[in-house]
Amino acid sequence: MTFWPQALEIARVDLTVERRVGSTLRITLPFGIVALMVFPLALGLRLSIVSEVGVGVFWALGILFGMQIALRQSATDTPERRDLQALLGVDPAARFTGRVLSGATLMTGFLITLLLTMALLFDPDLPGGAWPVLAAAAVLVAVGLAELGTLAGEVTTGLSNRAPLASLIVAPLALPLIIGGSQSVGAVERDTGILPWILLLIASDLALAVAGVALARPLEEATR
Amino acid sequence: MSRVVQLDGAGVSLGGRPVLRDIDLSVRPGETVGIAGPNGSGKTTLTRVAATLISVDSGRAIVLDTEVGNGDLTSIRRRIGLIGHQPSLIPELSLAENLTHVARLGGIDPTRVDRALQVVGLADAAERRARACSFGMQRRIEIAHLLLTRPDLLLLDEAASGLDDSARELIVALVRSVRDRGGGCIVVSHDRSQLTALTDRVMTLSSGRLEATS
Repeated sequence: MTFWPQALEIARVDLTVERRVGSTLRITLPFGIVALMVFPLALGLRLSIVSEVGVGVFWALGILFGMQIALRQSATDTPERRDLQALLGVDPAARFTGRVLSGATLMTGFLITLLLTMALLFDPDLPGGAWPVLAAAAVLVAVGLAELGTLAGEVTTGLSNRAPLASLIVAPLALPLIIGGSQSVGAVERDTGILPWILLLIASDLALAVAGVALARPLEEATR
Repeated sequence: MSRVVQLDGAGVSLGGRPVLRDIDLSVRPGETVGIAGPNGSGKTTLTRVAATLISVDSGRAIVLDTEVGNGDLTSIRRRIGLIGHQPSLIPELSLAENLTHVARLGGIDPTRVDRALQVVGLADAAERRARACSFGMQRRIEIAHLLLTRPDLLLLDEAASGLDDSARELIVALVRSVRDRGGGCIVVSHDRSQLTALTDRVMTLSSGRLEATS
């Protein structure tokens, strides 16, 4: 079996498992929306302030809850499953790619839903051209976070304190994604060029993809 | 194929502690070797060395005529079947979905899944989630995995523990089919009587050292 069919099969099964476990749809997403609703209430429904902070709140909550999706339990293999995959000849790079595909799909769905909810609740005063930029940036951030989460999951495989360690890896490395995402929309508002920020996001995604694919096999052998 | 497994002076340390010391083991085509030994003697580590999942720190390991540590092991690993202590099923998938997933990842025709389920007696439970199945049923699915992949080297690590008689018969049939195809088997258990019935010879592993006993 070649690389892509293996990657797509792993992504398909990941999404099936996630649909049945429901941690993203039934836990992370509702909590994210509730957290989004808390801000206007905390700000005393002062509409001008609510409208101003909307995009910032979206990025803060998106990254925070997005990390939970990136490090979700359903994307974790038991040692027995990793052995089985090795004996089936699964390419570790295909597994990384499959996990990123499923993670990015979930993350994109989550961020776009959060974005629409934010638009409804905060009614941010954005120029018309900012919305497509915001949506594109959300997709690029989703891909980057999925790559980071998968990479951190691989690095911390088999460790007893895996979850906090993985979070410590993801948080600092997510900074370029946070900066690129927030500044791309800011650039539209300031009427300056968005290209550097979008390029920062694309470069971050590509760098993480190359690192994930290149390190997949050495990491698998090292964590066995 | 002249050597299914050959270990020459193989040693393995895990976490700085020597687990296997100076192991010499040879499994020829058509042969089934039993490894007995108490808990903690290194049986599982030895199985994982034979499965190429752990590299030896000293000595030499040859599996399916290929020296482990030299190059890509993917094509060798595809010819190895392993049943370990814990089932490797995905709990949220049904038994049939688990088998289909294995078939797709291994590049095997998924239409063989139904036949494999019939052979292990789980055709009627095919749509049941693995989470809701007993340990014995999950073990039967692992046997069905191996019916799909048809390994040349079969490794059974306490695979018959906790199984009823009919499931044990499936394991015996599996061992015979691998042997009849000219493959080799290593069966690991702390139950020596089980090994004597199933294997050509039994060796004893004690404190990481292997001794021929019968």
